[in-house]
Amino acid sequence: MDFNPTDDRRMLGDTLDRFLTGRYDHTTRMKIAGSDAGWSREMWEEMAELGLIGALFAQDQGGFGGEGADITLIFERLGRALVVEPFHGALAAAALTQDQREEVIAGSLIPIFAHSEAGTAFDPDRLSAKVENGVLTGSKVAVANAEAADIFVVSAMEGDTPALFAVQAADAHLTPYPLMDGGRGADVRFDGASATRLDMAPADLLDTTLLALSAEALGLMERCKDTTVEYLKTRKQFGVPLSKFQALQHRAVDMVTEIEQTRSAVINAGHHVGTDKGAKYAAAAKYTAATTGRLVAEETIQLHGGIAMTWEYNVAHAAKRLVMTAQLMGDEDVHLMRFAAL
Amino acid sequence: MNLDFTPEQDAFRAEVRAWLDENLSSRLADKVRTSKHLSKQDMEEWHAKLHARGWLANHWPEEYGGPGWGPVEKFIFEDECAMANAPRIVPFGVSMLGPVLLKYGSDAQKAHYLPRILDGTDWWCQGYSEPGAGSDLASLKTTAVKEGDHYIVNGQKTWTTLGQHADWIFCLVRTSKEGKPQEGISFLLIDMKTPGIEVRPIHLLDGDHEVNEVWFTDVKVPVENLVGPENQGWTLAKYLLTYERTGIAGVGFSTSALAELKAVIGKTEKATDPLFAARVARVEIALENMKTTNMRVLASAAGGAAPGAESSLLKIKGTEIRQEINALFMRAMGPQAQPFISEALEEGYNGPEIRPEGAAWAAKDYFNNRKLSIFGGSNEIQKNIVSKAMLGF
Repeated sequence: MDFNPTDDRRMLGDTLDRFLTGRYDHTTRMKIAGSDAGWSREMWEEMAELGLIGALFAQDQGGFGGEGADITLIFERLGRALVVEPFHGALAAAALTQDQREEVIAGSLIPIFAHSEAGTAFDPDRLSAKVENGVLTGSKVAVANAEAADIFVVSAMEGDTPALFAVQAADAHLTPYPLMDGGRGADVRFDGASATRLDMAPADLLDTTLLALSAEALGLMERCKDTTVEYLKTRKQFGVPLSKFQALQHRAVDMVTEIEQTRSAVINAGHHVGTDKGAKYAAAAKYTAATTGRLVAEETIQLHGGIAMTWEYNVAHAAKRLVMTAQLMGDEDVHLMRFAAL
Repeated sequence: MNLDFTPEQDAFRAEVRAWLDENLSSRLADKVRTSKHLSKQDMEEWHAKLHARGWLANHWPEEYGGPGWGPVEKFIFEDECAMANAPRIVPFGVSMLGPVLLKYGSDAQKAHYLPRILDGTDWWCQGYSEPGAGSDLASLKTTAVKEGDHYIVNGQKTWTTLGQHADWIFCLVRTSKEGKPQEGISFLLIDMKTPGIEVRPIHLLDGDHEVNEVWFTDVKVPVENLVGPENQGWTLAKYLLTYERTGIAGVGFSTSALAELKAVIGKTEKATDPLFAARVARVEIALENMKTTNMRVLASAAGGAAPGAESSLLKIKGTEIRQEINALFMRAMGPQAQPFISEALEEGYNGPEIRPEGAAWAAKDYFNNRKLSIFGGSNEIQKNIVSKAMLGF
């Protein structure tokens, strides 16, 4: 039992922290998130150069990490900084060929995972997208960074079995829009697109995605909590800092308690990902991150008061992203019932 | 980052399990599993078994009879004991007074009292709370006035758990009214047989006689029974409470209670209720998270850091989880939780069978364990501690 990061991971974490503090401050993030593209290729290439994409994959996949703890480390920090670049998409490279994956790691090929549908945010057995004779038909909703995609990794039924398929971006029809939490997404329709079946089972990519989303949410929670705690100490009403009011102190402590529980849930999911317990602990992590995420986002706004209702105030955007991560890939109810059944 | 136990720790777990298998009688384990009343003899029998193996005072240093375990070994031991339905170790001598004497006691006090805790000669109880001093413990009013080589103690303690069995009581008493309330408190050891002490039972809402009032009228206590310096007792009191809170997450108890809950659901109307299944899943996830939170605090303690306010977080969340499992267990029984047949909670009950199994004690456990979020510093007090220590409010 050891909860300390390895030396390699500590260095990776430091590198990422330095980059995000120095190059990805809130003003920069808001500029990128509100831009026409909704992401920055320049940032993406810099982050690829720092090895952040390579760290998501194991050595035999052409990377130098790929364990649950690596994914957690990176996504927690990306969450804290509200990074909008297509890292969730990059995870889908695990399903692609070795050559493609190396391009992804180098930052020159961007895959995007298109999974959720209007009828199912998570459950791969309920997909209506289907592939017959190598041709994909179906629609995916709220696919983040869809416009950035070079290649889509799409979940669809082939016969009675959900599977993953690779589809060239040029063969997809996009209805793009800006997203509530910054950046851009699109509804993506495949209308007889040529699809190549991939070996990886959807469940495996989904477990990794749930881990990444939960870790991202954890980073967002920490940011929201830290900002709120600081605010309570500085904002004065009735002649004293808000932090002197016990009603507010206890609500802040409740946040801390649930965030620590979420950290444990993410550690559990990271430890078990890729094993036969991976699905169960990924569901537990997503459930925990979703319930705590909304709690922390709502408390952050409430404890700040009016200021957190403004576009100008940075923590409002963290709260929005936090609430949206809870909605993605199945909410707390979906994963609670999965956990009960697993 | 590694959640696995080392091979040595796995082997230790196996050793504990085998020992429990051999030494925990099915009579005792069954009484614990079915929430029967444990007699003083039951508890003494278990203490004697543990003492013979050297595992009773498992956090004491080896020179005083401890096994030399780290926090992880202690956690594994407690986990296995809870899963095997072993009686809990009565904490007042071993886990509360013991650490205080080890840190603050004189050599004479250590030499006299510690062996007697281990071999069961002295049964200790705790004299902290008073009718007017609960969460605000420092406002306690029981006085100890020095007269020659004695203190004369007057006042009243309350919520004295298992005081009816006790030979001795460790007390916080007021030796000075100068300065802040915390500055005039002393830590005193008092023989329960001293004239002027009266123990009166308090019957709890589940009918149990678990706690007592202890009244002191002109009780003469030799000055050598003072632990630590006079008027410095608050430091000892806080040290003891921090100790009391480690392990208070009760992860082992919750794990075995959840297993009992899952085993019984199928025999109740909740068997096919998806909403109930979701409630069970929710508490199971919280418990799985808690196990790792607990480990993280233990690991930082094993690394040399003293668990401080983190133990308050464990207490808050751990007790919430235990209480929720108790509530679900009771709710699974529906109206069958209502019959209150106290004979069924005694060993050897052979009246009509109460079904489903668990109905006899489900409501009693639920009500009894409301205490968890009140004692050892209420959960609200824990939040005050976290607020100060971790958030700097």
